[in-house]
Amino acid sequence: MSPARRRLLFALPLAAAAAGGAGFYTILRRMGRDDYDPRALPSPLIGKRPPAFSLPGANGQPGFANTDLLALPQPLLVNWFASWCAPCREEAPVLRDLAAAGIPLWGIAYQDQPADLAAFLRQAGDPYARLAADASGLTAINWGVYGVPETYFIDKSGIVRLRHAGALTPEVVRGQIMPLFRRYS
Amino acid sequence: MIPELGHFCLAMAVALACAQGVVGIAAPGLRDPRALAATPLLALLHTAAIGLAFLALAWAGVVSDFTVENIADFSSAKTPLLYRITGIWGNHDGSILLWCLILSLCGAAVALGGQRLPASLRARVLGVLGLVSCGFLLFTLMVSDPFTRIWPPPLDGAGMNPILQDPGLAFHPPVLYAGYVGFSVAFAFAIAALIEGRIDAAWGRWVRPWVLLSWCFLTGGITLGSWWSYYTLGWGGYWFWDPVENAALLPWLTGTALLHCAIVVEKRESLKAWTVLLAIATFSLSLSGTFLVRSGILNSVHSFAAAPDQGLFILGLLGLAIGGSLLLFALRAPALAGGGVYAPISRESALILNNIFLCAIAAVVFTGTLYPPFVNLLFGAQLSVGAPFFNQTALPLAAPVILAMGVGPLLPWKRADLYPVLHRLWLAGAVAGLVFILVGATRHFIAALGLAGGAWVVGAALTELAGRAGLWRGRGLVLPPRAAFGAALGHIGFGVSVLGIAAMTLAAQKVVVLKPGQSATLGGYEWTLADLHDAPGPNYAQRVADLTVSEGGRVFLTLHPARRMFPGGVVTNDAAIHTNGWQDLYAVFADERDGGAELRLNRHPGAPEIWFGGLIMALGGLVSLSDRRLRVGAPFRKPLPGGAAA
Repeated sequence: MSPARRRLLFALPLAAAAAGGAGFYTILRRMGRDDYDPRALPSPLIGKRPPAFSLPGANGQPGFANTDLLALPQPLLVNWFASWCAPCREEAPVLRDLAAAGIPLWGIAYQDQPADLAAFLRQAGDPYARLAADASGLTAINWGVYGVPETYFIDKSGIVRLRHAGALTPEVVRGQIMPLFRRYS
Repeated sequence: MIPELGHFCLAMAVALACAQGVVGIAAPGLRDPRALAATPLLALLHTAAIGLAFLALAWAGVVSDFTVENIADFSSAKTPLLYRITGIWGNHDGSILLWCLILSLCGAAVALGGQRLPASLRARVLGVLGLVSCGFLLFTLMVSDPFTRIWPPPLDGAGMNPILQDPGLAFHPPVLYAGYVGFSVAFAFAIAALIEGRIDAAWGRWVRPWVLLSWCFLTGGITLGSWWSYYTLGWGGYWFWDPVENAALLPWLTGTALLHCAIVVEKRESLKAWTVLLAIATFSLSLSGTFLVRSGILNSVHSFAAAPDQGLFILGLLGLAIGGSLLLFALRAPALAGGGVYAPISRESALILNNIFLCAIAAVVFTGTLYPPFVNLLFGAQLSVGAPFFNQTALPLAAPVILAMGVGPLLPWKRADLYPVLHRLWLAGAVAGLVFILVGATRHFIAALGLAGGAWVVGAALTELAGRAGLWRGRGLVLPPRAAFGAALGHIGFGVSVLGIAAMTLAAQKVVVLKPGQSATLGGYEWTLADLHDAPGPNYAQRVADLTVSEGGRVFLTLHPARRMFPGGVVTNDAAIHTNGWQDLYAVFADERDGGAELRLNRHPGAPEIWFGGLIMALGGLVSLSDRRLRVGAPFRKPLPGGAAA
């Protein structure tokens, strides 16, 4: 190996580390500005309207269809949940606070039995303005739901702007959902 | 008052570390004996200052001084004493202080234990350690100060995360950190060698005990962490390819490679630049592992508070440490000429093969861990890389390592003939083949391959040891040197872990909901829920399931998996594990509803061997470390050809 090539070869680790460092720097800067979330899960629905569906109501509340989401007075949250899921129980207080703050919250119960659902809502509280049941789970597949609970932010024209997989926490509400309400209201 | 003293000691430590760095690096050039003599003294003072700061924080924890934010956030009056102390490093700020303490202890160890080193080399090593320490102490002092006071103080602290309240976690971080940080000494030796522009056999012999010691700690730390997650998280797994686990695995892989190629430097004065690069890479990976994981970039189950501003500070420090050392490497390493020629089949080549495959595994794990954030950054696509990727890419790369590590130790240096070596290994090969056929007959081919591989490694290591002891010569036994004994133990431990991991692929799992009196069958056993009852705990309430396990109608075991309810609504599952040394029966009480208990039942064959193997590996390192060769027999440097003494 010629000395020049040897020098070049020995500089490679430095170049690789520099590229990595530049990448991390950009990521951290963007995290600081809140336009990069390392924990986000992708959703094919972001920027689009949800696919066609029409679900019956549950627990005595009216159901809804994709056409109900087309023209809204204000943005809303669609929350997928189930009575049998533990994180759904955990996020219930956050949902109650959201509803109490006047945020419209529509629920879809995923593969649930009416009796279990009623018991769950009695226990954890019912924060939903409308509540539909996806008993077959087909609508969930069309939405690309990864697992319950999941929450979608839908703007006034019915376009999905955010998908949050997992239980909502006060931090998520403060950091991600409230800014969207401010932007799209 | 005491926390302020601790804070002051921390500030003193920054100044002393800075002095240690500057004096240590500059001293050999000054040719002033006072500067050379001052460096070890500064290192000891710096250690004493951090030690006092750490004691001050521990004192605040023991007396539950809730005016200190760190204590108020992570401890409470009800927390038992042991956890009030260990809780200090169970959180971000405190754990970085522990990290700095261990780094300074490494410096003190070099100052005290390195008296046979040439004074200039010791000064430079201590100088590099001082500069690294100074950077991270500055970080502690400026953005993650563990002594911050709050006013008004809360009546009671928030308490520690219940999952962390466990003896396993009490000792896992210090051991793991000792491993991570221990590689700083190898790093400092590498940088000092680059500054001096000289690496020889003596350097290899000086650096090896440090590498070996930190490797033992890292192996022990990873083993403890894996065991802890196995028995506390209740997921029934031992390795999840989580970014935090990968962050510990990466320096272990490169550190293992370093351990092996430092032998080549010591014995054959070859592979010098590569050894230096591995020393830099291992410590760089330790640093990035510890700190980038905390920046929130990597998506992990280990939730450390994500703080991008702290992240930028750390990234700057990492850039200085890693970038600076690699720049020095690019400038000075091309001049390091390797000596020693060797044939393609020789001990040297076997060790190179070991290095290639270990580094390949490290590269795969590194890529898999960093792929999601970088793809997101470059292409805006979000994805996750999980266990399937790592299992399919890293495990096949482990196969050649397993094959080669049986043969390598039997090969002589310089030039070897493969045939006689393979001839000596016929028994190990036959045992491995037999295992493969026997297990393969049950159609579990992955398990059969893994078990055969484990048997091969253990068998080959035993053959090597028997050869060293003169078993084949028939002229009375001799005790092999401890280094050989330690190396064989290290390989045996790895083989035992491989056996355990392979056997774990045969694990059986079942989730059942049982009411008292009902039973389920799994793995040939009958599991019966006898009773559900409450039990008191020190600072939690407990719901316990009494689960009897019977085989053929005979009850031989009662397990007590429990759900612990902590104040504040956190519930942890305390898994009940019964081990007989070969297999674990593992039960988790996951949930209770409608008078029934949701239970996760597992039969884990070979699980204990995974951790036994890790402990045997670490023990092998310690045995090797106790070898006379590393303690006495001060290596002397050959004078340089030009006549100038180093």
